[in-house]
Amino acid sequence: MTATLPAIVTVAPLPRRRSLKPTLIIGLVLLLILLLAAVIPRLFTPFSPTDFDYTAILKGPTGKHWFGTDNFGRDVFSRVVHGTRIDLQIAFFTTAFPFVFGTLLGAVTGFRGRWGDAVVGRVADLVVVFPFLVLVIAIVAVLGPGLTNMYLAVSAVGWVSYWRLTRGEVLAQKKAEYAQAAQVLGYSPARVLLRHILPNAVTPAIVYLMTDMSLGILLGASLGYLGLGAQPPTPEWGVMVADGKNFMVTAWWISTFPGLALTLAGVTFSLIGDGLADALRPRS
Amino acid sequence: MNSAYVIRRLLQIIPLFLAVMVLIFVLVHLIPGDPVSTLLGDRATPDIVARANKELGLDKPLIVQFGLFVVQLLHGNLGESINLKIPVLRLIGERLPITLFLTVYAAVLGVLLAVPLAVLAAVRRNTWVDALIRGFFQFGLSLPVFYLGLQLLTLLGARLGLFPIGGYGETFGDHLYHLFLPALTLGLNLAAVLVRTLRSSVIEVLTAEYVEFARAKGLRSSVIMTRHVLRNAMIATVTLLGLNIGALIGGAVITETVFAIPGVGRLMVDAIFSRDYPVVQGLTLVFAVLVALVFLATDLIHARLDPRAEVV
Repeated sequence: MTATLPAIVTVAPLPRRRSLKPTLIIGLVLLLILLLAAVIPRLFTPFSPTDFDYTAILKGPTGKHWFGTDNFGRDVFSRVVHGTRIDLQIAFFTTAFPFVFGTLLGAVTGFRGRWGDAVVGRVADLVVVFPFLVLVIAIVAVLGPGLTNMYLAVSAVGWVSYWRLTRGEVLAQKKAEYAQAAQVLGYSPARVLLRHILPNAVTPAIVYLMTDMSLGILLGASLGYLGLGAQPPTPEWGVMVADGKNFMVTAWWISTFPGLALTLAGVTFSLIGDGLADALRPRS
Repeated sequence: MNSAYVIRRLLQIIPLFLAVMVLIFVLVHLIPGDPVSTLLGDRATPDIVARANKELGLDKPLIVQFGLFVVQLLHGNLGESINLKIPVLRLIGERLPITLFLTVYAAVLGVLLAVPLAVLAAVRRNTWVDALIRGFFQFGLSLPVFYLGLQLLTLLGARLGLFPIGGYGETFGDHLYHLFLPALTLGLNLAAVLVRTLRSSVIEVLTAEYVEFARAKGLRSSVIMTRHVLRNAMIATVTLLGLNIGALIGGAVITETVFAIPGVGRLMVDAIFSRDYPVVQGLTLVFAVLVALVFLATDLIHARLDPRAEVV
């Protein structure tokens, strides 16, 4: 069914103004706020995320400390705001390499086929047979805890989904008339692949990228919670939830707000992902 | 289901297992830090360290160690835990049932939540019911497992005292009671994944020509529901469960840590922090074998439910 579709898409120009879904708009607005908090956290809060204040320990939410203070008297709101930079960074670095590497590899192996495709296929089979989190924490255990090692671990594993998506799409697209035509015209294989096929085949990977960013944040926070990701006193949301877990009954605010921030970030990326899927797919 | 397909699919497992063994061996031997020094502490003299290394076979060349590893594996020997001094296989044997119980329990809760709600959302598509169900699970999908677990534990366990705040219990009923919150945590997360895909697959069936034909022919909608819609939803559910087994096990690792459940997930985290090589090695292997077997089972069940699937 997809074989004939791309030809239609290339012939009929996309409508100039397609009404954007509200989900996409809400997602983009939320992302803008998150980006602002990441770039200029001082815009939102006057307090330092790491300074101790022993006169205000374990205080509940007040007009001064919106999200209360933790067991060191640190302002929780300020830590949540400053954590945005760390967690968005996690979203970016856990997905950037897998996206680029997986997509290009998928394009080449899907286009060329033969032994390269078979070899990568076996490696992918091997990677997916390990539970993602188990393999990532095993690699992090080998390399040592910390954000950089976490990025390396996720990169080693995360490319498989992009490879799958792009390879499948390229396999379908290369049989399409426009791709056959480009080949008949004598364009080099690299040009046919990169200029003609890939732009038409990359959509699923881009849509998945958004979902993956939200998964990346959750993964980074989970590792932070287990003590294998960002290390204290870094204001990373997962680390903050772990910091407050022993105070859940007496001072619920320490863990609850960073967890809500995590959920908000997750919702943001999945809203954008869904919106993009609607906007980019030729047929919903 | 034709037997050639089953045999072909079974044979594919062998090279996979070999590759898994190589990968795990290489991975574990890249771990920095010397387990013997960690075990013996700062006061161990180089002499003692060397002797312990020899006893554990850690002084031999890597390739020899790998050979020994495979031979031992084929004998069902996964080595001995460096810290606990118990054979790894026994350790895993004691703890794995707890994790399997949790995983299956979570899968059952997840399916019980997801299937009816997905069908409801599909039947009432583009109404407020649909929007509510999708919104709820969209939120659930973004809720980190450790966070949801911590909140449920605090609210229903510590504050209201409705559920125990840890442990596993003695009898079957006890297990069900003790593991309810962790299983619910994991199950909600799984349901969020299931609902998304199931809803579209049910809509696809509901709008398919053969269903319209069945309706035109005057079949009652309850018959259409059970014969066509639910059957197809089953196929999709089985496939999705299989695909998500890795995520479920990963979730179990986190949930067990949050709820202090003595399963293999928590064992894995503990072993990593204490650099207990043989345990990490054994567990990673067991997880990989488990996932591979679930993939196999999924393919076979899928082929049974939908004969068109026998293509690989």
